[in-house]
Amino acid sequence: MSDTAEVILEIKDLDISFRSSGETIHAIRGVNMTMRRGETMAIVGESGSGKSVTMKAAMGILPDNAVINGGSVLYRMESGSEPVDLLKADTGWLRDNIRGRSIAMVFQDPMTSLNPTMSIGNQLISAIRSHENISRSEASGRAVELLEEVGITDPVRRMRQYPHEFSGGMRQRIVIAIALSCNPSLLICDEPTTALDVTIQDRILDLIISLQQKRSLSVIYITHNLGVVARVADYVNVMYAGKIIETGTIFDVFYDPRHPYTWGLLSAIPDGESSDELYSIPGTPPVLSEEPVGDAFAPRNPYALEIDFKEEPPMFPISETHAAATWLLDERAPKVERPRELNERIEKMKREASEYVR
Amino acid sequence: MSDEKKTLLKVEGLTMKFGPRGRQNTVIHNVSFEIGEGETFGLVGESGSGKSTIGRCIIGLYKPCGGSIRFQGEIMEPGEMRREIQMIFQDPMASLNPRKKVGDIVGAGLDIHKLYKSREERDELIGSILERVGLSRDQANRYPAQFSGGQRQRVGIARALIMNPRLIIADECIAALDASIQAQIVNLIRNIQRETGTSFLFISHDLSMVRYLSDRIGVLHRGFLLETGKPDELFGHPVHPYTRNLLSSIPSPNPIVQLHPEEHYDYETSGIVYENGTWHTVGESSSHLVLCTDDEYVKWGAGK
Repeated sequence: MSDTAEVILEIKDLDISFRSSGETIHAIRGVNMTMRRGETMAIVGESGSGKSVTMKAAMGILPDNAVINGGSVLYRMESGSEPVDLLKADTGWLRDNIRGRSIAMVFQDPMTSLNPTMSIGNQLISAIRSHENISRSEASGRAVELLEEVGITDPVRRMRQYPHEFSGGMRQRIVIAIALSCNPSLLICDEPTTALDVTIQDRILDLIISLQQKRSLSVIYITHNLGVVARVADYVNVMYAGKIIETGTIFDVFYDPRHPYTWGLLSAIPDGESSDELYSIPGTPPVLSEEPVGDAFAPRNPYALEIDFKEEPPMFPISETHAAATWLLDERAPKVERPRELNERIEKMKREASEYVR
Repeated sequence: MSDEKKTLLKVEGLTMKFGPRGRQNTVIHNVSFEIGEGETFGLVGESGSGKSTIGRCIIGLYKPCGGSIRFQGEIMEPGEMRREIQMIFQDPMASLNPRKKVGDIVGAGLDIHKLYKSREERDELIGSILERVGLSRDQANRYPAQFSGGQRQRVGIARALIMNPRLIIADECIAALDASIQAQIVNLIRNIQRETGTSFLFISHDLSMVRYLSDRIGVLHRGFLLETGKPDELFGHPVHPYTRNLLSSIPSPNPIVQLHPEEHYDYETSGIVYENGTWHTVGESSSHLVLCTDDEYVKWGAGK
């Protein structure tokens, strides 16, 4: 979390559209984010907000109907080296140097990311050998070590087993082992625990945290679960309709949220005590086949000002780490308080936190 | 179990096995519970614990291998379906026929049971139920593909509600929805609970939503019901090691306060044999029960 570490990934003004059946969907509408080596960043948002597309662009695995309208994804492969723009890089070079090598990805459903007809030993060995020119037996030894590292007991025997012989949590461990097989610097976890139960989720998150410390990995989590974000991340970017609408450290965003959409997300989690009506954001997320006029969130925003329907708000800096895109932060805006229930909840979280630290 | 309410559904010794004869797997072991009139019973547990199987046995999609299900005091035949028991499914896209108009999907139950005298009455029933779940009457003429995920789930709720059920089984009905939509659907379910007095069996792995919606909760693991109680009893004083592990694994949206299980629970090494357990009352409460042996009861401090 140190601010002195070098920048490993910098996304600038990323803008992506999808063409589908005569329509153009403007999925990413100017995304900016910076990440330093060793950090853990979370991207939160609903489906269609653009969180997965942003990361797929970075890995060069966008579907064929995607059009990159502009922007850059600067990635520093090794410490001290010059950053490379991954959007301009050659696909062959990306395949050999970036994808599955310097940047690895863990997907949501471990059953679909593993090959059901191949023993997990063979899958690991082929992953290792596709990037490194080593013998089969050498790769096999490495595979056993990797399985051990991700917490699979009796790895030599289990190398011969097939995905269906493992539980969901164990499968996700194997997927993580494959992701780590080529010593990546950056690990992108796309909803890594959504398909798993809470007890298993807890262990998988623990595993990723411990691997991260051991291997000094930078990790990006794409998730919609704010509990997971609070548990693992240093920084969080909240996305809505193809834009980042709030960014900050987890302390900024969970203890002092500024964007009404973030307020809504935080208020919609039941806190286990009150049984009043759960706060819910009205309406549904926009379909980006039409360019939103003004702030894309305005139609669902009970705090929207007149200008929200006319002009898109810029990112207003709040502190060195914290910024949000809402006109409420403009100095000319009327003073608007957070919903009372949310404020009470934040106060309670802070009290619990101070007791916890003591 | 609830003293003040009449029992609506009583499940006793429910057992379910799958697989070919001779090599059957028991997935539900001797599960018993009751749901009172107007009560919401939440069923939580990991995937494969048997939550959905129990729901499907009650609605009659599976024929249980043992035990009995009583509805309004009458024993139901295995596989019997009742109009008074309706279901809301997880995936609103997969559970709605894409080639039928929403009005016909919602009205299918009315058609099957001939519950109207005229076309106008049918359309009126459908229209009013669509409004009840927050859709508009003219949306009856559209197809499921023209709806968003949250709206489709409202259609699923309307389809269940139009039959005036006494019991609705909601099987992971919010799992496939986005965070901002989940709260809308949960609020809708709560309003329906309050206005109609319909009982719910709310099946979910989302513990905080189960806590929010349920009057009582049952914890299921490996086909055994391990602990039941009111939300405050279960969350405030969980007794079974599995329940304790489950509750402490929920990540909190408070960055500084992250509870961790004291130790990871593993059935194989825990030394607990679910088969040996019998129901014990926790403390003074008549609603908080745990499945354990007499020794475990003392060891887990459940007598307090």
